[in-house]
Amino acid sequence: MKLKPTIALSAAGLLFNPATGDSFSANPVALEILGLLREDAAPEAAKTAVLARYEVEAHQLDKDWDDLVAQLRQHDLLDS
Amino acid sequence: MKLPYERPHIRKLTAGPPSKFGPRPGQQPVTELDGVPVTALAARYGSPLFVLSERQLRRNYQAAVRAFGTRYPQVQLAWSYKTNYLNAVCRVFHQEGAWAEVVSGFELEKALGNGVPGHQILFNGPGKRRADLLRAAEVDAVIHLDHADELHLLLELAAGLPQRPRVALRINLDAGTFPQWDRFGFNLENGQAWQAIERLAAAADRVELIGLHCHIGTFVLQPAAYGVAAGKLAALAQRCARELQAPIQYLDLGGGFPSTNTLKGAYLPGPDTVPPLDDYAEAITQALLGAGFRPDELPLLILEAGRVLVDDAGSLLGSVLATKRLADGRRATIVDFGVNLLFTSYWYDHLISPTRDYSPQTETTVLYGPLCMNIDVLREAVSLPLLAPGDLLVVHKVGAYNMSQWQQFITLRPNVVLIDMQGEVHVVREAETLAYLQQLEKVPGHLR
Repeated sequence: MKLKPTIALSAAGLLFNPATGDSFSANPVALEILGLLREDAAPEAAKTAVLARYEVEAHQLDKDWDDLVAQLRQHDLLDS
Repeated sequence: MKLPYERPHIRKLTAGPPSKFGPRPGQQPVTELDGVPVTALAARYGSPLFVLSERQLRRNYQAAVRAFGTRYPQVQLAWSYKTNYLNAVCRVFHQEGAWAEVVSGFELEKALGNGVPGHQILFNGPGKRRADLLRAAEVDAVIHLDHADELHLLLELAAGLPQRPRVALRINLDAGTFPQWDRFGFNLENGQAWQAIERLAAAADRVELIGLHCHIGTFVLQPAAYGVAAGKLAALAQRCARELQAPIQYLDLGGGFPSTNTLKGAYLPGPDTVPPLDDYAEAITQALLGAGFRPDELPLLILEAGRVLVDDAGSLLGSVLATKRLADGRRATIVDFGVNLLFTSYWYDHLISPTRDYSPQTETTVLYGPLCMNIDVLREAVSLPLLAPGDLLVVHKVGAYNMSQWQQFITLRPNVVLIDMQGEVHVVREAETLAYLQQLEKVPGHLR
């Protein structure tokens, strides 16, 4: 699972898709995950990093991860 | 130490002209109700939980008395039982001096049980039974006659009673509102009302006509309409005195005064659009004072306030059960209270507050109750922080009608607590149990 390489991601949490002109704002946890994906981190590695850094249970993160993926798919931001 | 977590979320930014109302203010968390932490309330009394504020009940009552009493010499409020007939609520208002306005036999008994003297009970409603009329006459409640069948039934019953029942006539009239409410009482403009008054005057040996009543609508946003109604009732009372030598002791302008909830479909929020009660008081009292009564003939002004006294004294505390995403990508949030408890969600876009700090991120969500019914929608679209299961929410201004129109359906009704003037919390209605629910059921022998 990878972000489309053309997606621009700013440190302030703004996403821009030049193919569609759509812009998005990401909250801090989403920004961290997107940054990890941008660096080609595998999903499990990204989750491990989030679990180490944030106060969240693994099952909750799993559920929220699926929801984030659904959001990214809905907005056509994933490569595959 | 780990960072606080919030579920990952992206929000599409949409370009367009800026809102003419300016940026939406951030939602302030409501961490306490009348000084009691909401987390403590939920932990002790469960979720969902109705919370009533005795302080706000009394404040509202006193404000209403002040609005009318500073403008007119004789004013009496009659608490509208159907709005919220929990005994604790009724007794707060009765302690403040309210009479009772009831609309059924059981409400009449409730008022009597709350210590209201019969002569301070006004019995409205279109569906009084023979037994109700007899009971009202027995306790000297004022019977507000709704239709000709009721009038004639009472005249028949009164012939056998030891004392004359005291009655008022319910009048419907054109006060300039649309739609005109004409289902309650006798119409003024087509002559029905006068015909009924003449009938009562002719039977003065059996019944005593003491008042005229009207109720022009509910959540009426035009104070001027009350002025029109008051003027017409005053003119009718004067005609009674002049032509029938039947002086009218009181004019009852009913209820219908709005709270500051936001009606569904309203362009602007309720607090910005609902006139203050003073505007209604001004319209009514100016009409009465200018109607031509001699000072010593001014009738008592009665108001059957309900919603305006109790709505903002009630809150509903509830919890998020789950969040999910709908087929079109919209967020959906499922909470532990449904339309069976929050009946007024059919009418209002209730203000809903978080109870702790969140990040500035918000998302628009559909708010569903827990019922397995498609109609269980509390808000079609409401902007809320990124909620997670277990998070507490407060729904504001739920004191009117919910705790009387609620339904036991799929879930059991929860605890209701009252926070008193000292901040002490009292359970005023216990959460229902399966045993309570089934106590009236009978299982035939062949099914045991």
